[in-house]
Amino acid sequence: MAAQDHEEAPGEGRLVPDGFDDDHGAFLTVERLAGADDGPLGGSTVAVKDNISTAGVRTTCGSAMLADYVPPYDATVVEQLQEAGATVVGKTNMDEFGMGTTTETSAFGPTDNPAAPGRVPGGSSGGSAAAVAAGQADYALGSDTGGSIRCPAAFCGVVGIKPTYGLVSRYGLVAYANSLEQIGPLAPDVEGAAELLDVIAGPDERDATTRHDIREDLAEEYDGEHPATTATYADAADGDVDGLSVGVVTDLVEGADDVVVERFESALDDLRAAGATVHEVSLPSVETAVQAYYVIAMSEASSNLARFDGVRYGRSGGHEGDWNETFARAREQGFGEEVKRRILLGTYALSAGYHDKYYEQAQDARAWVKQDFDEAFADADVLASPTMPAPPFELGESLSDPLQMYLADANTVPVNLANLPAISVPAGETDRGPVGLQLVGPAFGEETIIRAGSALE
Amino acid sequence: MSDTDAVDPEEVRHVAGLARVDLDEAEVERFAEQFGDILTYFDALDDVPAVDQEADLANVFRADEVHEGLTQEEALRNAPETEDGRFKGPRVG
Repeated sequence: MAAQDHEEAPGEGRLVPDGFDDDHGAFLTVERLAGADDGPLGGSTVAVKDNISTAGVRTTCGSAMLADYVPPYDATVVEQLQEAGATVVGKTNMDEFGMGTTTETSAFGPTDNPAAPGRVPGGSSGGSAAAVAAGQADYALGSDTGGSIRCPAAFCGVVGIKPTYGLVSRYGLVAYANSLEQIGPLAPDVEGAAELLDVIAGPDERDATTRHDIREDLAEEYDGEHPATTATYADAADGDVDGLSVGVVTDLVEGADDVVVERFESALDDLRAAGATVHEVSLPSVETAVQAYYVIAMSEASSNLARFDGVRYGRSGGHEGDWNETFARAREQGFGEEVKRRILLGTYALSAGYHDKYYEQAQDARAWVKQDFDEAFADADVLASPTMPAPPFELGESLSDPLQMYLADANTVPVNLANLPAISVPAGETDRGPVGLQLVGPAFGEETIIRAGSALE
Repeated sequence: MSDTDAVDPEEVRHVAGLARVDLDEAEVERFAEQFGDILTYFDALDDVPAVDQEADLANVFRADEVHEGLTQEEALRNAPETEDGRFKGPRVG
């Protein structure tokens, strides 16, 4: 263990009380927000990623821009946690605005991996996964734009679920790339993650992108039944995979590290032994998924982050010069390098003369990924791959080459492009840390991936 | 990747201007180099086949009713500077 002295915990500007045990640097702000007296999560504790708004408790997004930002309202998911009886124990470290795969782009310094000291916890929800792995909270909330729940779940040896786009409200989530991201649960086991999903799933009149088919005024427009009311996700964690058809996405296995493939194959054997059938599938579209993901995410980020002008909130650019000059100065000082990189590349991809080449083609690539998944689910109940192509990187190892860091997201981004649900479950240990297995389901098929994931415990 | 793939630093400055983000010279140089690699990597999108996109979407409206919103005090609480109940910003142009 990297048994750091508390005083030496990484990062300036954290609001962590002396004596609070946070050796791994999972938290940015420690503050307890008590929930209702009882409820399905009564007596339990939840750590919340610091891009999810908490009324009266600062919400930094891991950015110097928002180091002093205190939201005047709660995210819908935070209200739901408290109504369910959970106590929020603090806000967790993350890559700045969710832009990273290691939690190292945080303006408040890195987080160590409790399951593999000296290595990154994954990202961008690295603090949330580390808090669960270290036992500092019973559950955690993260957000997943291109793998930001599943990657840290895999690296920290815990369970993480990226819900179907539209299952969970994004109201109060500070936007990075709206068309891709969902809030989702992290927990030590599949049943725990499912219990938390039961609490946060459902329509929200404050988020028009949630599925609204149980809202009375919209009932006639829909004929389906909303999964959040017809399913109890925790009940699906029964380990029953007898007859389940598992498609292995060969394109996402071939590029993986040998030690990862070994653990993955061994987990597939466990599924076979429990009665599942396993076959191979190929999704040719994943070849351009990373490119499509980054073009779309950066483009959306360049628009979303335009709100940080240092006037209504955030770090001020002062009053020297005109609006544009102070605006540009606030953003130079408030944003870290990865955020600047993505805003600039997104601005470039949307600018006159390049929009068709990058943004439009990325949308075509996204449609291709969706079509490939649809076809694969004609013959498979779930699709499996390693969550990450490698075990956790050493702290500091991947920062210098952004493109290499983007490539690490190859197995997780296709799911966001296709708006599908996916779970990462632990699939064993290597001498470099834990390995995760990813199971992808059809849209609103959370019960199936929870059932399949629970068979691996 | 070789230096020949690097983006012209002037182009980085131009985009930074559009995005309203000041950069120092070291950042401009680093980004020019990295953007060359990243944009070359994005070129693979040129080979994506055309796919029919059927959006399964329905508009969601809410009733046009008055709800409680933030108070003026709450809305201003995070502003670096305010004056007479308003945000205070730099001069425009």
